[in-house]
Amino acid sequence: MSRPFVLPDLGEGLTEAEIVKVLVREGDVIAEDAPLLEVETDKATVEIPSPMSGRVEKIHVEPHQTVKVGQVLVTFADATAGAAPKSRPMPTGKQAADTLDPTRTLAPEPRTAVRDGRARQTPAADTERVGADAPAADTERVRAVSPAAPTTGAVPARTGPVPATPSTRRLARELAVDLYTVHGSGPGGRVTDDDVRAAAGRVAATTPDAASAPSERTPSSAPAGPAKPLATPTTEPPLPNFEQWGPIERQALSHLRRTIAERMTLSATVIPHVTHFDRADITELDAIIQRNLESVKARGVTLTLTAFLLKAAALALREHPTFNATLDAAAGQLIVKRYVHVGVAVATERGLIVPVLRDVDGKPLLDLARELGALAQRVRDGKAALDDLRGGTFTVTNIGALGGTGAIPIINYPEVAILGVARARREPVVRDGRIEPRLLLPLSLTFDHRVADGADGARFASAIVRRLERPELMMGF
Amino acid sequence: MVMGDLVRDVDVVVLGGGPGGYSAAFRCAELGLETVVVDAGKRLGGACLFEGCIPSKALLHVAAVLGEAERAKEFGVDFGPARVSLDPLRKWKSERVIGKLSRGLASVAKAKGVEVVGGRATFEDARTVRVGGDEPQALKFRHAIVAVGSAPARLRGLELSERVMDSTAALDVPDIPERLLVVGGGYIGLELGQVYAALGSAVTLVEMTDGLLPGVDRDLVQWIARRVDKQFASVRLNARLDALRETAGGVEASIAGAASTFDRALIAVGRRPLTDGLGLDTTRVKQDARGFVEIDARCATADPRIFAVGDATGEPMLAHRAMRQGKVAAEAIAGRPAAFDNTVVPAVVFTDPEIAWCGLSETRAAADGRAVRVAKFQWAASGRAATLGRSDGLTKLIVDPESGRLLGAGIAGPGAGELIAEAALAIESALLAEDLALTIHTHPTLSETLMEAAETLLRG
Repeated sequence: MSRPFVLPDLGEGLTEAEIVKVLVREGDVIAEDAPLLEVETDKATVEIPSPMSGRVEKIHVEPHQTVKVGQVLVTFADATAGAAPKSRPMPTGKQAADTLDPTRTLAPEPRTAVRDGRARQTPAADTERVGADAPAADTERVRAVSPAAPTTGAVPARTGPVPATPSTRRLARELAVDLYTVHGSGPGGRVTDDDVRAAAGRVAATTPDAASAPSERTPSSAPAGPAKPLATPTTEPPLPNFEQWGPIERQALSHLRRTIAERMTLSATVIPHVTHFDRADITELDAIIQRNLESVKARGVTLTLTAFLLKAAALALREHPTFNATLDAAAGQLIVKRYVHVGVAVATERGLIVPVLRDVDGKPLLDLARELGALAQRVRDGKAALDDLRGGTFTVTNIGALGGTGAIPIINYPEVAILGVARARREPVVRDGRIEPRLLLPLSLTFDHRVADGADGARFASAIVRRLERPELMMGF
Repeated sequence: MVMGDLVRDVDVVVLGGGPGGYSAAFRCAELGLETVVVDAGKRLGGACLFEGCIPSKALLHVAAVLGEAERAKEFGVDFGPARVSLDPLRKWKSERVIGKLSRGLASVAKAKGVEVVGGRATFEDARTVRVGGDEPQALKFRHAIVAVGSAPARLRGLELSERVMDSTAALDVPDIPERLLVVGGGYIGLELGQVYAALGSAVTLVEMTDGLLPGVDRDLVQWIARRVDKQFASVRLNARLDALRETAGGVEASIAGAASTFDRALIAVGRRPLTDGLGLDTTRVKQDARGFVEIDARCATADPRIFAVGDATGEPMLAHRAMRQGKVAAEAIAGRPAAFDNTVVPAVVFTDPEIAWCGLSETRAAADGRAVRVAKFQWAASGRAATLGRSDGLTKLIVDPESGRLLGAGIAGPGAGELIAEAALAIESALLAEDLALTIHTHPTLSETLMEAAETLLRG
């Protein structure tokens, strides 16, 4: 009977390896655990022992060839130990340096077969129900899986709750991580706290008794290749006892306040913010608004500067899609959105809420103004639907009504940028050699420095300013 | 609203002072919410403390002492025939057990600042609970937690009486009937049947289905089945109670066509939620056909202000599930990301021997066509069981064949209810059977049976 031996799961997110040496020849009869191949991964050079005894029928690879997990390396004839050999994981970088002794015991790495195919289940459901969607022929399939080929073909369906301790599950809820999407690095695919934190785009927050660790933790300079999570450290030291200085009062946070606090902390901690300032001469735009205010009002629409700001930003976003994106730190990729939904920060009695207007780039201005009015009203009345509040790709916050000369807002995570707008003022401006009073609008563009650099920010801000200064650009001219 | 009504604003009103209710109220108070519990008896503890778990376990302890004394003859110790005096027994149960625990809960409530109001609570609308009785008032709440619990189910067309008891009445032990009919072979019928059998009653148990403890793995049930076959006068499976009539001298029962007479009958055919007449129809709360309140993982109902926990929300109707749900509801109300995400709710039948299980059962796995590996360890091979003179037990593990992860466990034998805790923690923590096998267990103890069962999976 011929049996193929494939490159086993390498663990640690590694998906391929380079063959360094083939240690057997076709026709060799070898024992289980005898050295078979030497391969090199991103992490280390390791030796792969034979998972079974038998005659080497065919060698499918040669030195310097890159092989992927699951690819057939060697075919055995007359394999004997193959009936029920233990699954032997491949050593990974951590233990790799000295693994020439194939009998050495290694911590088993979870097989891909185990990780995939977890059945989704509502948290409240009890275990007794979880088998419902398991295939009836499970027994057969389990038997059919050869340990020598753990990653090929049909993988056994994994049903049941995510393997994680109750405290890890709580952590996942707190970090809004869907456990079913997390790769478990523990035995049997168990998801650890570190796995959850990594999935949340953070480095494991160190506990106080491991306080020496963080300084040693430096991002590895791995070469470009498969997706790798970025390191984004966060820790918060404990507070002092303020009562030693005077009486205090502890106040509960409202749900909204708590949400804002968590979102802002997340954004300010995870995203390296950089801000670019600019001013737009909106003398002409303001004249257009004032001239048309009454006639538009007669149609039930209030024409506001904000509607034009949204439009200008949306059109500029189409030109600069990098700012209409989200950085997937865990995957090390930029997710560019092919739609432009712009959020508007609205101050309410309860706190800041950001409703979202859809497809702002493609909407006529009057429709936009009408929608904006209705949406802001729904939000102030506390009647906004959940769908009104999500799906945004960029945010505009106009604090002009409250005064101020400028502000640096915090990015609405996980967006890339936010436009802050302060109060427009008439100022003396030199135009064509003469001093003229012009209406100037201070703008600040705050963006994620991981995604874009200062020059990109300046160009994007200019694209917004250009449209505000030449309103005809927003009217399809 | 009536003029002159007392109307109060509170953060949280909890309807019902049982384990689900008081757990929720205590956690709410800890999280800084002003919390009022409305309980018909103006006390905390609920059915669990006053007419369920606690009194039945007190009586089962008495039964166990009587059983041990009887067994002692085997190793040469004879205490002579036991004499049971009901007055001191009842006094011990109500004062030293229930009274002590009840006072304890009251003092915890006081310490945490949870107010307990006496009276029946009904929803007037989705913002207001009206309390009837001696302390009439209306409570305007930000959030309400329905924790009204359950009561023994009735048999259609059958009224309770002096001689026809439900579990609540039977736990008062009005006397020791010479002949007791127990209707229902579930955990309540078996537990109370064993109490009365130990006290000296000739117990006849009638069960409609073909086995005791329906749904539980048969290799666990057989241990209690063997025991009651000896202990009870008669165990009638596949037998239906056709009629029950109180006569001058007792209760006449017609079982599967034949009539027989008993001194008392105990109806133990399950429990029903106490959600009738709560005024839930004035809210957006949804209920299923049996009256159970529908909830999500946060224990929130379809009405955003109203949460529900415990027996009122469905099976399994167990106090420890309600307690966990209560804490989840409280934390969800306080804005925390809480969820009832538990993998297992362990269950224990406190009979002699005890039967306990948690997670996936072999029966369920088979019904679902799910491949599992099952490991069994017979207590006949346990040193500790031998020294106790109790080799009547079994420990079994249900394991995922691929990962080796523990999915379920079942234990029969004395102390099973305590032993199951280790399995519950192991499953909840996603441990492998190997983890149990590699953990040192004290020798000689019954806990070794879990390790031994796990070891059988590693051999070969």
